[in-house]
Amino acid sequence: MDFSPSREWREINARYRLESSMCERCGRIYYPPRDLCPVCRRKSIGAMKTITLPRRGEIVTYSVIHAAPLKGFEGRTPYIVAIVDLGGVRIQTLLTDCEPDEIEIGDEVEAVFRRIREDGERGVIHYGTIFRPVRMPKTSVHAH
Amino acid sequence: MRKVAIIGVGMTKFGELWDKSLRQLLVESGLEALEDASEKRTLRGKDIEAAYIGNMSAGLFNEQEHLAAMLADYTGMTEGNRPATKVEAACASGGVALYNAYLAVASGRYNIVAVCGLEKMTDLLSGSVTDALVSAADREYEAFYGVTFPSLYAMMARRHMHDYGTTLEQLALVAVKNHRNGYYNPKAQFRRLITVEDVYRSPVIADPLRLLHCSPVSDGAATIILADAKTAKKYTDRLVYILACAQASDTLGLYNRKDLTTMESVVSASKVAYETARLKPKDIDFVEAHDCFTIAEIMAYEDLGFCEKGRGGKMIEEGLTEIDGEIPFNPSGGLKAKGHPVGATGVAQAVEVVLQLREEAEQRQVKGAKIGMSHNIGGTGSTAVVTIYGRDV
Repeated sequence: MDFSPSREWREINARYRLESSMCERCGRIYYPPRDLCPVCRRKSIGAMKTITLPRRGEIVTYSVIHAAPLKGFEGRTPYIVAIVDLGGVRIQTLLTDCEPDEIEIGDEVEAVFRRIREDGERGVIHYGTIFRPVRMPKTSVHAH
Repeated sequence: MRKVAIIGVGMTKFGELWDKSLRQLLVESGLEALEDASEKRTLRGKDIEAAYIGNMSAGLFNEQEHLAAMLADYTGMTEGNRPATKVEAACASGGVALYNAYLAVASGRYNIVAVCGLEKMTDLLSGSVTDALVSAADREYEAFYGVTFPSLYAMMARRHMHDYGTTLEQLALVAVKNHRNGYYNPKAQFRRLITVEDVYRSPVIADPLRLLHCSPVSDGAATIILADAKTAKKYTDRLVYILACAQASDTLGLYNRKDLTTMESVVSASKVAYETARLKPKDIDFVEAHDCFTIAEIMAYEDLGFCEKGRGGKMIEEGLTEIDGEIPFNPSGGLKAKGHPVGATGVAQAVEVVLQLREEAEQRQVKGAKIGMSHNIGGTGSTAVVTIYGRDV
């Protein structure tokens, strides 16, 4: 299926900069951003402040995908998907610059900006924020 | 609310049914359910006052939407221009269709309602099936990063192993048990015994889960007919009552859960179901559970209240959920061996519970089963339906 680039474009603040919403009434933080705090509901209208998440956190859990990858990830197996905790807010992401046997639950990771996949030869190139173990050299620039 | 009975059940064989179309599966299961309900008097298509169809994504699997109209048309319900409604809740579509049909009869709006669950997944090539299924997760913030359904459950499994010491062997034993039960189910996709070693030798899909931890890609349909108690008795004496049916929700994305090893939707739905039926876990004789991946069955033991959190691995290891155990899980073979045509699953679970309670399950019969339960999950637990059934009481 072919999609309009606007589908990608409207998400870039959240994906590139980890922009989130903080409800100024209760202090809860949501990623991706929301227009309504599901706890404070109506009272949160107009009180959702844009903030950015910390760029360091830890691995909550992960899986290494060896087979049956999603479209656009076919040439990438094995690849590591993980849930990371960024100061109490959890997000789904990919891990890079490491081998599956080098990581464990609880390891510290840091954000890097990377190409995620492409919609074919003429389609949109999707970028986003993914994570790598903090022990890795910070000068690493190669795309996975 | 009125008492609701299941008066007829029907189900196609589950599997890779290359020669059968979406509409053929639908009609085949429906006809079987009508026949089954016609014990004392013929239940005709035109006696059905409304129908609900559970289907996850014929739009993606078959490029066909508006399945409710297909159901009405191909089953003859257009004769009275009767209402048909498609219900979607990912892999809980069948269970949510059942829940809505249950409400429609319990409320007094209709006396006889059909519930169909249907999915035809093998028209799509396997690479695309992974993509279609992941639409049950958060497309923009989970699937965007290459997450697949096996990997979502693998992340739950890894956390469960980390927090509670659950082992790969315990996970494998779930698949071994369900294949053993499915061996005796003539409608199961896999009628083949497997060993723990077979599980270990199967290819890694999403570590720590291997192929034999995963339910298969399947085609199939199941239909049940619901009626109020008074109407039900006109058609059959083999009544199974729905003692409680409860649905609950949780976050769309797995990453937003505080505890990745607990499905709050299941805890919540089962609490309501137990309260409504005035029953406790010890009163349940067997469970048809949503073992889309082996870890899901272990979490179900815990979230449905059959053991403490973290003890699920021990339950399977100690044989408590075997067909002759304390609380048999998945006598049908479960999603793992019976097959998992996603939208059909919730209704197929009801079919098995009814057969068990009528003592018609032949070689896989749970001895003396009087109270059964089904547990149907959508996505990573974003939707759950828990239903309790009882023999004529």
